[in-house]
Amino acid sequence: MTDKNKKVYLINLITVILVFVFLTILMKLEVISNYYQGLLVFICINIIVASSLNLTVGFLGQLALGHAGFMAVGAYGAAMISIAMRDMALFPVLQLSISLIGGGMLAGIIGYLIGLPALRLRGDYLSIITLGFGEIIRVVINNLKITGGAQGLSGIPKIANFTNSYWITVIVITILFALTHSRQGRAILSIREDEIAAEAVGIDTTKYKAIGFTISAFFAGIGGGLFAHYLAYLDPGTFNFMKSVEIVVIVVLGGMGSLTGTIFAAIVLTILPEFLRQFADFRLLIYSFALILMMIFRPQGIFGTSEFSLNGFLSKPGFFRNRIGKGDSKGGKS
Amino acid sequence: MVLIQQLINGLQVGSIYAVIALGYTMVYGIIKLINFAHGEVMMMGAYFAFIAASAGMPVWAVFAISMILSALMGVFIESVAYRPLRNAPRISALITAIGVSLFLQNLALVVFKADPKVMPTIIENQPIIFGSLRISNITIITFVVSVVFMILLTVFINKTKPGKAMRAVSEDKEAAMLMGINVNQTISLTFAIGSALAALGGILYGIAYTQVFPTLGLLPGLKAFVAAVLGGIGIIPGAMIGGFIMGFVETLTKAYISGSWSDAIVFGILIVVLSVKPTGILGKNIREKV
Repeated sequence: MTDKNKKVYLINLITVILVFVFLTILMKLEVISNYYQGLLVFICINIIVASSLNLTVGFLGQLALGHAGFMAVGAYGAAMISIAMRDMALFPVLQLSISLIGGGMLAGIIGYLIGLPALRLRGDYLSIITLGFGEIIRVVINNLKITGGAQGLSGIPKIANFTNSYWITVIVITILFALTHSRQGRAILSIREDEIAAEAVGIDTTKYKAIGFTISAFFAGIGGGLFAHYLAYLDPGTFNFMKSVEIVVIVVLGGMGSLTGTIFAAIVLTILPEFLRQFADFRLLIYSFALILMMIFRPQGIFGTSEFSLNGFLSKPGFFRNRIGKGDSKGGKS
Repeated sequence: MVLIQQLINGLQVGSIYAVIALGYTMVYGIIKLINFAHGEVMMMGAYFAFIAASAGMPVWAVFAISMILSALMGVFIESVAYRPLRNAPRISALITAIGVSLFLQNLALVVFKADPKVMPTIIENQPIIFGSLRISNITIITFVVSVVFMILLTVFINKTKPGKAMRAVSEDKEAAMLMGINVNQTISLTFAIGSALAALGGILYGIAYTQVFPTLGLLPGLKAFVAAVLGGIGIIPGAMIGGFIMGFVETLTKAYISGSWSDAIVFGILIVVLSVKPTGILGKNIREKV
């Protein structure tokens, strides 16, 4: 790791800690009520699930429409592991970690199994087949005895709170960020840019697609697990096609291929409905309208594929001056 | 006897799916877009019919009004939402289609509210009894109406000039343009016909299940899409075959296996078809050009 990289990580780490301390103080002072704490947890869950989908949609360039299915697998997997461990009196953090990783692995395995036939197909067919699998997962959960069927699964230990959700989100984002900037990440990106060209330079496209898809499912499972441990009750109806679409909306609005864009969009799209309570009926109407307008006028999303970088702000004290300077020099050249 | 009864039920459901699948397949054939909003157009068609029937109009007027309004809606959707994206990446167009679908569904939710409306009986249900078989006249009407429209569509596409233009545009847009075909108009016409057929499916569905509700289009839409893929998307006879197969599979699984698993089996078939022969029953393999 170079010195510059170290500095970048350090700056981001400090910011993340500062944000956490700030939010925690606000909670202690009861500026943020219990209700809004719950909202913060949902923001974390949405960030995890949407950025995991961004790996498939944004970085791999394959529109998957069954992400709620993986979330469901993770949620039920983690919940059942947690219920089985209920009497062992473990530390909540340990119990949460084990069950989340277990749920995530289960989602990852299912994701891999689905990915094998699905990823041989391209474009539209892949979307459809993931949609089909998402529906199948929902129907299976709805009909199995072990998952509580249509009545839902209750009695899940409520051990997720803001603190652990926040740090899990930080870990997930860090891993995804590191992954997309690694050698494997570049291979995945090359598939998005041009699958045939990627194959021609010797990238095993099927393998990297499967890797991307599996990791994406894994993290969706973790997000689902967190969801289960926060609500303490699971209803199979939650994870329907509409849920998948909602996650896609977050990714698309934020920018396909931008993790910071996804974080931004997840925060906005989780908070916004709360402030638009009186227009609750119109929420999805506005969402879908925004989605259509976005595709027509700015198909790359708010952030496009670029990442918002804190380092860019801090390392250049004359950030804005430089900007103006750059603009001038460009004007001069032409 | 039970089997024959179920097969007849399957024929009814299948003909509804086939009619809807035709619209999917025509639109996909011409602009290579999975029109996710198609199921919602069907739902709107059912609502238009509901309004017309509640106003006490005769049967033919109910069908005509609903199909014409839906056709106009389809043309409008295409020109507002899909036309600006015709040269955009496929993924953008697909997301737009999802957006349109969500928009229509929620529009219906806001305008017509979530509670199901009871469809007025525009056709009296009079079962015809053959021995121990009970065949509803609605089943026969559904089947006959859909087959008539399928024949009309086939004749239209194969024998008339606009039909020929449609086939030309789906083959090669640029070449068709050079031959003096108005591509935009042809695509609009395709959407108009597809949406009118979706509305027909919606009316028949509304009559068969005597209910209309905002999410009515979701599952039949998805199943009709599966039917279109099953038969080979972009191929018109394929959509008909696919629709009838889906209808039979669904009624038979509901009758002999389990009602709650039937959706999973339907999508399972889709996955098997896509993994074994992605181009569908009647599809041909097309090599990708670099």
